Amino acid sequence: MEKKTPLYDTHVKYGGSIVEFGGFLLPVQYETGIKKEHLTVRTECGLFDVSHMGEILVQGPKSLDWLNYVLTNDFTGMKDGRARYSPMCNEQGGTVDDLIVYKRGDDDYFVVVNAANKDKDYGWMKAHEQEGVTVTDVSDQYGQLALQGPKAQTILEKLVPADMIPEGYYTANFHGEIKGIPCIISRTGYTGEDGFEIYMAADKAAEIWEILMEAGKDQGLIPCGLGARDTLRLEAAMPLYGHEMNDEISPKTAGLGFAVKMDKPDFIGKEAMEKAMPLQKRRAGLKAVSRGILREHCEVFDGEEKIGETTSGTFLPYLGGSYALSIIDADKYEVGKTLRVVVRGRSIDAEIVPLPFYKREK
Amino acid sequence: MNFPKELKYSKTHEWIRYEGDAAFIGISDYAQHALGDLVFVNLPEPGDELVMGEALGDVESVKAVSDIFSPVSGTVLEINEELLDSPEKINEEPYEAWFVKVGDITETEELLDADAYEALAEEEEANA
Repeated sequence: MEKKTPLYDTHVKYGGSIVEFGGFLLPVQYETGIKKEHLTVRTECGLFDVSHMGEILVQGPKSLDWLNYVLTNDFTGMKDGRARYSPMCNEQGGTVDDLIVYKRGDDDYFVVVNAANKDKDYGWMKAHEQEGVTVTDVSDQYGQLALQGPKAQTILEKLVPADMIPEGYYTANFHGEIKGIPCIISRTGYTGEDGFEIYMAADKAAEIWEILMEAGKDQGLIPCGLGARDTLRLEAAMPLYGHEMNDEISPKTAGLGFAVKMDKPDFIGKEAMEKAMPLQKRRAGLKAVSRGILREHCEVFDGEEKIGETTSGTFLPYLGGSYALSIIDADKYEVGKTLRVVVRGRSIDAEIVPLPFYKREK
Repeated sequence: MNFPKELKYSKTHEWIRYEGDAAFIGISDYAQHALGDLVFVNLPEPGDELVMGEALGDVESVKAVSDIFSPVSGTVLEINEELLDSPEKINEEPYEAWFVKVGDITETEELLDADAYEALAEEEEANA
């Protein structure tokens, strides 16, 4: 049975169209519609319920060594209050999930994982638990809201003192407070805009939602659903598990090599990834240059030769065109080259373009 | 939602407006609302034969592709080329945004009047 986030009644009240995602009932959009929600995050600000995400604690004196073994990124030297993105791989070099690790203190890490993978991740971590490390699933205790867009800082400043707002991207304050309610304020997001992800006790999520909506009223803040979350992340070329990578696709193939530290002594999946070099397949960004909308899981051709498949694709509202991420034969990759994507039997011309499709001006 | 009295409707949410022997076909206010922001339209070519109950084209939103079914059998006389560049017209003015003009109509499915269609749309919305 699908679970409800602590904000389910709030979504219904705000007119959300509810769908199932990752085992949760969540709004795909509100009355405003995906396009408007997407554009508002690019120009003003949007509020998303992301309480479905899973939270897992990694604690104990061996935590750092363990994270460096189970995850592909390197957490050595990480400071308290920092966040770091990492894939988690299996022995074959495929991706179990991608996640964010926060360092709360020595021997104390807070890990955020995808909703649909939470039970799988927790099982995987538990199976690899070692002496000196305790892994605990605390997902049900937390609600999470994402406040995303160029006005996010202005809105948050109305509610919390400036020194409580983390300054740098991928930093967090674990001792934040909004109107007396304790929360974690993290400068992270999944939209390609500046913004915050705010964690609070599950039973306080609806209250914080209303406080943020009220504070954002004169800044153009609107609630946004999963539809806009997906188009925003794709426009920013951020990967989505189950699309750009999965248990069979390595993070290196998915273009996430920056978060795979091959110089670490050992980690799960390292040997398989070494053997897989040089990569036969690679990620490519595609832009439709003839009529049609590129979609996911469509075959990609170079002339008549099949060279790969799209992993995500749709119409991107801010760029005003159709774009896709794909995995293609590495030796066929060349920016500017025109390929063909076959969508429901129709061929659409698509040019290889650099990633990300959209990058905000700093 | 708005369902003009002068139009007839199909159970698959197309509207049809007769002008002499020809008919204009589009999609209802309920349909455009249920589909969400439309970003792409595929239309047939003038001269194409339409078969009652079969797809005459499709519309795409950010999330999905949906077929548009022809309530008649006949020949495409004209297509509304404006929609190809501006599919958002279908969301904005669903009853102005006709898809095709059809002539030589040989067959028409059982159509609903505005009241009967509104009842159907309400029922579907309640079950959505």
